[in-house]
Amino acid sequence: MSQVITPAAAPGKPRSFLIFTIAAWSGYFVMALELLAGRMTAPYFGTGIYVWGAVITVFMLALAAGYLLGGMLSTRNPRVSRLGGLLTIAALSALPVALLSEPCFEWIFDHVHDPRYGSLLGATLLFFIPTGISGAISPYAVRLLVTQAQRSGFSAGRLYFVSTFGSAAGTIMTSFYLVLLFDVNQIVGGMIAISCVLGLATLGVRKWLG
Amino acid sequence: MRVGVVLLWAACANLALAAVGGERVVARASGERILHEERSLYRNILVYESNSQRCLKFGRSATDRQSCQQLGNPDYLVFNYTRMMMAALYLNPAPARVLVIGLGGGTLPNALRKVIPAARIDVVEIDPAVVKVAHQYFGFTTGPAMREFEEDGRVFVKHKLKEGARYDLVMLDAFTDQYIPEHLLTREFLTEVKSILTPRGVLAANTFATSSLYEHESATYESVFGPFYGLKSRNRVILVRLGGLPPRGEIEGNARELDSRLRVLGAGKEGLLPLFAVESGWVGKSRVLTDQYSPGNLLNAQ
Repeated sequence: MSQVITPAAAPGKPRSFLIFTIAAWSGYFVMALELLAGRMTAPYFGTGIYVWGAVITVFMLALAAGYLLGGMLSTRNPRVSRLGGLLTIAALSALPVALLSEPCFEWIFDHVHDPRYGSLLGATLLFFIPTGISGAISPYAVRLLVTQAQRSGFSAGRLYFVSTFGSAAGTIMTSFYLVLLFDVNQIVGGMIAISCVLGLATLGVRKWLG
Repeated sequence: MRVGVVLLWAACANLALAAVGGERVVARASGERILHEERSLYRNILVYESNSQRCLKFGRSATDRQSCQQLGNPDYLVFNYTRMMMAALYLNPAPARVLVIGLGGGTLPNALRKVIPAARIDVVEIDPAVVKVAHQYFGFTTGPAMREFEEDGRVFVKHKLKEGARYDLVMLDAFTDQYIPEHLLTREFLTEVKSILTPRGVLAANTFATSSLYEHESATYESVFGPFYGLKSRNRVILVRLGGLPPRGEIEGNARELDSRLRVLGAGKEGLLPLFAVESGWVGKSRVLTDQYSPGNLLNAQ
């Protein structure tokens, strides 16, 4: 017997499209940020395998925490506008990446001599929060898409597809093309702006979408 | 397909295994003997002998040779670029403290030890496997006057900067199988290197003479150091001295003074002096490489 789940709002094509767009963009944002994290730590901690190890560890832990957070948030009155809110907060919490990375890494360089723990601490301070909040987006989006328990796996599968596809796009665009054209901070700033526009768009249309 | 299979068989048939001095030695039909093969954390390392030379290679292609040693005359500088790097001594013939970033087969530190035995030399190499190979196959040894550090070159320079250490000569020769690591190409890195040089300190950097990166690199060096000497063959060695480039006469005088010592390494002044050319006017023409913008390998591949 299939159990009907109370839809968070009436499902509709524009609404799903917005949810998928946010999930894809969030995936893009996280992977682009991860690649740039490797870039930004190199002058202080080198490019040894341990630096990538530190960056990837921090991103994985942050995403893990974010999944938990998103799942919990999704149980309380889920709305598309709140998904947009998560996207905006994640972006704004990445502002220190563009503005404070140099003094932050400089301070760590002076106080932590082992570059393994230096890069681990540096990546945690700057990237844990934006990545964690971005991680909350996927489970929250699944809740917004699911209307029937029977089809919940289908919705989750489509959402993972879109968000991981976005991650792949963020990875290749950043590493192949964007670093040839822009400064690291310009890329981060541009992504923050795009996230804010998308987040605000959900507020603008919340009357229709819930 | 069939041709490929036949070639594969022929290649296998040509491989003969022999044990020499406890080392696994593979002889090839070409006369190339492989002494050591290793996949390190950073790269594939190959040590082989052919045409009475022992060479260190990263990666696969024949042009990826990092260091070569003449078997009967290990002091002889096989590569043109190593001779051009030694021309840094024309800008300061007696540096007391020297830093070499990038060990390879230890060619440059060994040559420096021969020519300026009184100098204290620090060598930085990121890859422990390269350090091991330099000791085992290329006769590199350390001591009070020759210290080695297994560390990222950029991190090492930053630490020395904080400690207030100063060098009279810094040699940049850190290469991967592709090119120089991107964080060692930026204006910020060169500024850090400048800050660990003594007031008349000399910098020598090994770069490529032809690449899409050439103009960016030139602009970056010039933005930090002003006009520089560029010595070109297949590589371009960049030489600068703080406080202004020494005039031609001073360089020629130092070359004469050092010539007997450098000549035995194959680096006579008649080969090096004609290569000295002042380069300037790059700034403004090409984008300077910075920590924010350093797509070195991508530019190189274009």
